[in-house]
Amino acid sequence: MSQKAAITLNINGRGHTIEVEPRRTLADAIREDCGQTGTHIGCEHGICGACTVIVNGEPVRSCLMFAVQADGKKIRTVEGLAQGDRLHPMQQAFMDHHGLQCGFCTPGFLMLAVGVLEREPDISDEDLIDVLSSNLCRCTGYQNIIKAVRAAAKEMQKG
Amino acid sequence: MSAHGTRGSGITWVGRAIRRLEDPALIAGQGRFTADSPAAHWVRFVRSPVAAGKLRNVSAPAGAMIVTAADLKGVKKITPMLHKFNYKPVGQPVLADGAVRFIGEAVAAVVAASEEEAEDIVDRVELSIDETASVADARAALDAGAPQVHAEAVGNVILEGKVKTPDFDATWNSAHKIVKVDARSRRQNATPMEPRGGHAVYDAATGRITLTCSTQMPHLTRTAICDLLGIPESDLRVIAPDVGGGFGQKMSLPGEYVVVVWLARKLKSSVAWTEDRRENLIAAFHSRDQYITLEGAFDKNAKLVALKADIICNIGAYSCFPTTCGVEPLMAMAEMPGPYDVQQYQCLARGVITNTCTMAPYRGVSRPVITFTLERLMDKAARAFALDPIDIRRRNLIDKFPYKSAMGLEYDEATYKETLEMAVKAIDVPAFRKRQAQARAKGRYLGIGFATFSERTGYGSPAFAARGMEITPGWETVIITVDPSGFVEARIGSSPHGQGLRTTLAQIIADEIGVTPEMIKVVHGDTDRAPYGWGTFASRSLVISGGATLIAAQKIRTKLIKMASHLLEAATDDIVLTDGMAKVAGTDKAVAITKLAREAYTQTHRFKGEIEPGLTETGHYDPPGTFSNACHVAIVDVDVETGYVKVEKFLVAEDAGRIINPMIADGQVHGGIAQGIGNALLEEIIYDESGGILTATLADYLPPTAHEIPPIELHHIETPSTNSITKAKGLGEGGTIGAPAAVINAVNDALSPFGVDIDEIPATPQRIRAAIRNAEKAP
Repeated sequence: MSQKAAITLNINGRGHTIEVEPRRTLADAIREDCGQTGTHIGCEHGICGACTVIVNGEPVRSCLMFAVQADGKKIRTVEGLAQGDRLHPMQQAFMDHHGLQCGFCTPGFLMLAVGVLEREPDISDEDLIDVLSSNLCRCTGYQNIIKAVRAAAKEMQKG
Repeated sequence: MSAHGTRGSGITWVGRAIRRLEDPALIAGQGRFTADSPAAHWVRFVRSPVAAGKLRNVSAPAGAMIVTAADLKGVKKITPMLHKFNYKPVGQPVLADGAVRFIGEAVAAVVAASEEEAEDIVDRVELSIDETASVADARAALDAGAPQVHAEAVGNVILEGKVKTPDFDATWNSAHKIVKVDARSRRQNATPMEPRGGHAVYDAATGRITLTCSTQMPHLTRTAICDLLGIPESDLRVIAPDVGGGFGQKMSLPGEYVVVVWLARKLKSSVAWTEDRRENLIAAFHSRDQYITLEGAFDKNAKLVALKADIICNIGAYSCFPTTCGVEPLMAMAEMPGPYDVQQYQCLARGVITNTCTMAPYRGVSRPVITFTLERLMDKAARAFALDPIDIRRRNLIDKFPYKSAMGLEYDEATYKETLEMAVKAIDVPAFRKRQAQARAKGRYLGIGFATFSERTGYGSPAFAARGMEITPGWETVIITVDPSGFVEARIGSSPHGQGLRTTLAQIIADEIGVTPEMIKVVHGDTDRAPYGWGTFASRSLVISGGATLIAAQKIRTKLIKMASHLLEAATDDIVLTDGMAKVAGTDKAVAITKLAREAYTQTHRFKGEIEPGLTETGHYDPPGTFSNACHVAIVDVDVETGYVKVEKFLVAEDAGRIINPMIADGQVHGGIAQGIGNALLEEIIYDESGGILTATLADYLPPTAHEIPPIELHHIETPSTNSITKAKGLGEGGTIGAPAAVINAVNDALSPFGVDIDEIPATPQRIRAAIRNAEKAP
């Protein structure tokens, strides 16, 4: 064990001051030190994407980033998508289009899709499938996820 | 559900694609998965680095807490039992005891205050193992002189199923043509996105343990762990919280959960283990590692008259609990003839023990492999008879019901031919053939492949009893309570984990008792709250739990009507339940169901002793089973330079009886097809010659991504099942069953100019290139 570092993770607008070992992943820190368990861990190899969160506007694999690297950065997780009772269009679209079954990969897909569409609202269908192929889902067969993200893209453009 | 269920202005809920009641929590990150809870102690397992050997010693760094088999005296071995088929019961110690039998087998448990600390200690544990010869391949394990994996299973055969119909030889000998397939299915891992995990908490006040774990069958997990530890079931509560996919892998008992419960009892504290992906890939459970040699005897008219199968299933190092390793070979033997009419059948089905990870059921179990084999046989037979692949299926598909198979299974009414014709029409075969010819002229190789299959679903205890299972699952119980506020709770023994059963069961209840699905909560996955049941697997829950739900809901309905007839002074026949009201038909007399519910508890004197207090009813259901069916069509584009296969399009014509929620039903088919495409082209657990595993990350073991799954077009026929009181058939596994066959038939069709035969899955680029190279080399 090495000495712990004091850092502040800003998650969904709220600061969490925590002490972590330098080796602690951002995913573990978000879940265990900050208690935000909506972000899931599926492989810890950066492959499945279940742990995707948005850091300073970019979707990242939180299992591949150390918590200390995220010190002071703006982190968004699934818990911060809805505004009070108002769902984010992406959440609504996943429900409307049956874009989830067991729900384990869902937070990662939501954050991936939101992060990409905020950056590139006019993304082409081909590029969208490219991006969505970053994450794994074992239940849905992806077609409904793609439909949901396209529907949400339209809603998000309406603002 | 009943024909008169929603007379009046009410909405019928069954058949509607309503949004799922499960979703609001899951899309908000408020799902509760096993790994979400903190614990005082964390466990990491030390796993065997060798495929076979004598375990001499385990030494841990000073001060570390480590548990080995020596500490677990009195804990029984996991020993599932079959009373048929020459089954050899082999026991699996929850931690390796004196011997290790596969790479990844749990040898010791290290306990520390955090996962990281436990993992650091695991790295410093030294194992002393005298390595012995191992065998990973099932055919090699059958060789004389192969290493013996268990002393109890001589020759490494743990189970042997044999069948031969009386007129087999005569029919075989007089056949016009024999067509043969040597099929190979490589090993898969079901790969749920959430790996397994167990979290056990000791309650000082009662001495009870609560085990939260990622399981498909909480009650049987309780029974099994209590049997192994020798404790009363009342001392253990098992909770299956949100479970991140199971696909069969989570219906078998992991020894790790037993260790976690044992530790929580010993430490009188909370103890947790979260499986990591590497552990899941090497040591959870594997499936589908099979060799099938199938020969079909055809008459002059290309009618299949006899079928001969030799089935070898690599069941790994132990027998999985509760199904036993019989689940693959015996299902393959029983269901091999599939959707085709053939009354003469000979089969030898063997379960073979090897030094590999234990086999357990995975979505579809053996049927993806038998369907792949049988559908390859049909395509080869079509070639042998110079027939179109569709024509040969037309000549052989079952079309009279009920149909009794050569194995004695009764097929209820289905639409094998109709779904084939529906698919053929929808895909427009002539247009495809034209496009195929044009593409070939330009050096592009497109192909089309068909698969027709039957999917036995919703089967109750007799089907499991036929396998001779000591633990014979089958029935389900549902208890429905309308509480004094008028809200409805259905407690079920099934344990859904993504299938949307909370929604579909609520739809069934809503139609019976005239309230909206939002007023109905389905409670599952907690042995303290739900009645004993078998869980969710084998495409059974909507049929069996749905049937039990309907029975209980009908009883609630009857009672509500009786109460309303008292209060409204009307005949029971005149009362309808709709829109949350009990109404007297044709009048404006009505009483709210919430009021009836309240009075069932608080005003029982008003019913003159004619109703029992409260509003709780129970339904049990144990059906014979029903066959869903479908025709799958794949169109592929094979790059002959690289061997890469792109699935361009996938089409399904499916009949799963009455559909309760079309959105959920389609979702099940989509997901199954994606897994089937993975099975056909991508996913393979690879062992090297020393039993080492080469695919221990998701960068090596390849579930499909959004890139690999094409648009899926679905067509439905709804043939109501007479073997299911809701008229619904199961459909959880169909996608995985048909897709590999359709895709591989399409690959073979694409490559027909090369004269290759690809009868192995997954058909990876390497295998496709090798087949083309070999064909080019051939004289």
